Amino acid sequence: MLKSFHIGGIHPKENKLSAGMAIQPIAVPAQVIIPLSQHIGAPCQPVVKKGDKVKVGTLIGKSVGFVSAQIYSSVSGTVLKIDKAMDASGYKRDAVFIKVEEDEWEEHIDRSEALVTECNLTAKEILDKIAAAGIVGMGGATFPTHVKLTPPPGMKAEVLIINGVECEPYLTSDHQLMMEKSDEILVGITIVMKALNVQKAIIGIENNKKDAVALFTQKAKAYPGIGVQPLKVQYPQGGEKQLIDALTGRQVPSGALPISVGAVVQNVGTLFAVYEAVQKNKPLVERVVTVTGKEVQRPCNLRARIGTPLTTLIDAAGGVPESTGKVISGGPMMGKALASIDIPVTKGTSGILIVPTLEAKRKAMKDCIRCGKCVQVCPMGLNPTLLMTLTEYEVWDRAEKNAITDCIECGSCSYTCPADRPLLDYIRLGKGKVNGIIRARKN
Amino acid sequence: MEQKLIVSPSPHVHSGDTIPRNMYAVLIALIPAFLVALYTFRLDALLITALSVLFCVGFEYLIVRFVMKKEPAILDGSAIITGVLLAFNVPSNLPVWILALGALFAIGVVKLSFGGLGNNIFNPAIAGRIFLLISFPAQMTSWPATAIAGEATDAVSSATVLGLLKHSPEALPALQQMFLGFESGSLGEMSAAALLLGLVYLLWRRVITWHIPFTILATVALFTGILFLIDPLPQYNPLIHLFSGGLMLGAVFMATDYVTSPLTKKGMIIYGAGIGFITVAIRLWGAYPEGISFAILLMNAFTPLINTYTTPKRFGEAVKHG
Repeated sequence: MLKSFHIGGIHPKENKLSAGMAIQPIAVPAQVIIPLSQHIGAPCQPVVKKGDKVKVGTLIGKSVGFVSAQIYSSVSGTVLKIDKAMDASGYKRDAVFIKVEEDEWEEHIDRSEALVTECNLTAKEILDKIAAAGIVGMGGATFPTHVKLTPPPGMKAEVLIINGVECEPYLTSDHQLMMEKSDEILVGITIVMKALNVQKAIIGIENNKKDAVALFTQKAKAYPGIGVQPLKVQYPQGGEKQLIDALTGRQVPSGALPISVGAVVQNVGTLFAVYEAVQKNKPLVERVVTVTGKEVQRPCNLRARIGTPLTTLIDAAGGVPESTGKVISGGPMMGKALASIDIPVTKGTSGILIVPTLEAKRKAMKDCIRCGKCVQVCPMGLNPTLLMTLTEYEVWDRAEKNAITDCIECGSCSYTCPADRPLLDYIRLGKGKVNGIIRARKN
Repeated sequence: MEQKLIVSPSPHVHSGDTIPRNMYAVLIALIPAFLVALYTFRLDALLITALSVLFCVGFEYLIVRFVMKKEPAILDGSAIITGVLLAFNVPSNLPVWILALGALFAIGVVKLSFGGLGNNIFNPAIAGRIFLLISFPAQMTSWPATAIAGEATDAVSSATVLGLLKHSPEALPALQQMFLGFESGSLGEMSAAALLLGLVYLLWRRVITWHIPFTILATVALFTGILFLIDPLPQYNPLIHLFSGGLMLGAVFMATDYVTSPLTKKGMIIYGAGIGFITVAIRLWGAYPEGISFAILLMNAFTPLINTYTTPKRFGEAVKHG
């Protein structure tokens, strides 16, 4: 029996065009731009200046505060300048520009392919190493991993949940990583289990990746406490709360963190990064990026250094198609449409999706026919059409009462609406407003 | 890159579902009942249905274009459905001018005066039928004898099952005939079998969910069933109630109208139970033999209230917390 979450859900066309394409390392570009804010939390302080020589793995941005993640140079070369550069958000933010010379790595980094399974560090030491390596949630959320692995006082994790769902259509970077780095991921899981002091871990994989399910089921036998659970192909199966529900039957209450039901969720990409940081002393300097789209010549999975221009990746996939109307960082359901492709790959770039103009334009919105389909599909059990109306008319107290802040912005409502109503646009707006009101009330 | 990129918030894909897709699915689901009507009433069925659709679509076009001064969306299929459903709710020998009045009321007053599709409180076809029933009681309740009982085009009126039930239960046709639809009645309401076929199609295409039709039918069966157990008179027979009158047509096609029915599953169940209950109450103790139209109209009025007081089951509200 395939497990799944229990409320709502949709099944968008999977379009995994780059499935099965081996991860190709892409050549180091002539120049990289490494933003100092690639995570949720405080931006880093630069610790290099113009003219400084750096190697791969040299710290260039130091985190200030706990909720932050260090930034390392992904190339060797000379710092050109520290200046504003546009990132996926469309805003210009501080970034370190580095001119690439050779490919020299810091000496302490183990660059061999050999699998290191032994880990004799204490939980504290593991967490420090993860924090030092600048690891963030690699699924795209970019929340600093060491923070997530540090439960608030009085709370204790019982189970580690590994997100190998990749429920976003088109994206295959996690899938391919699972196929190629299964041992490393499993070691990463044991390390995180140790850091959390939990005896149990469940890997959730959507059943459209049967090869990954089979591979992990077979390999996990050697690792006590690690189980594999195939999941129904249903979006948003990889949503944190949905995944916990599917795998443990527990539902995280409104406004609470997963730890409140004893769960900590980590993406497979993050666990691979943890492996590299802890076992190989390698900070987060590269990641796997899917470059895909219906008109893209060679949909592929690339391993790129952080700071590589997106254009370099797109060129490796055959260039920008003539028909391009929209370029998305991430998947089609929750990804961000880019104002420009002259931006660098960052820690959260899971994919680049190129959408033809014909599919990029929204259709005109019609009046709501009250079919209730948005209510049926909402995985949080909300009433999207009501929340949209309440936002339109700025009825914030009722929006709050109807749990607008529970929205996970998965987009299932807008996706489903036969009247092409931009439900999520409004709900996102209302959610921000209501969150502001709640914060103001607390102060 | 030279060209400008389109920037919009997520999601960037759409299911492809449209209003017309849902409306045309309803029309397809009405085909079996229409075929039975053609078989029973021959050309009259075709004529009344075609004219009713023509009137509804025509009035919608004219009013939207020249009174509301907007771009008519007659191809969205909603006016066509109103036309078909109105036709299905009248006798096959209804004078055409009365039919036209019904269409004008349904489209002009019930639908467009509230702002058009999505904004109306009452189901246009139901309200149209009730308007005609109250305004032209004689013409609306004289049904031609059916092809089975006599000549299809014969103007001789024959009583419906529910009429017989109320006044002379001994003359009832066989249950099997009622199920298949060869009893007397309004144009499209007669064959429970054909309407149920439509229901299966609508469920399969996921145009509607089971909640409303099932709750209505279950409530009717339960309510009359209890009475039948207490006193086994034919007028309490749940099977007769299920397969006669406009119940099936109402439960499957009129009560499930998106615009005028509740949004949540809980709400749909309350709404369906209300319709079932009122229908039986009118059938058994009211002045009219049939109560489904009034029941739907009444519950339409309650829909906004039901929507306010029924919230979907929220994530995290269910059982097992930590």
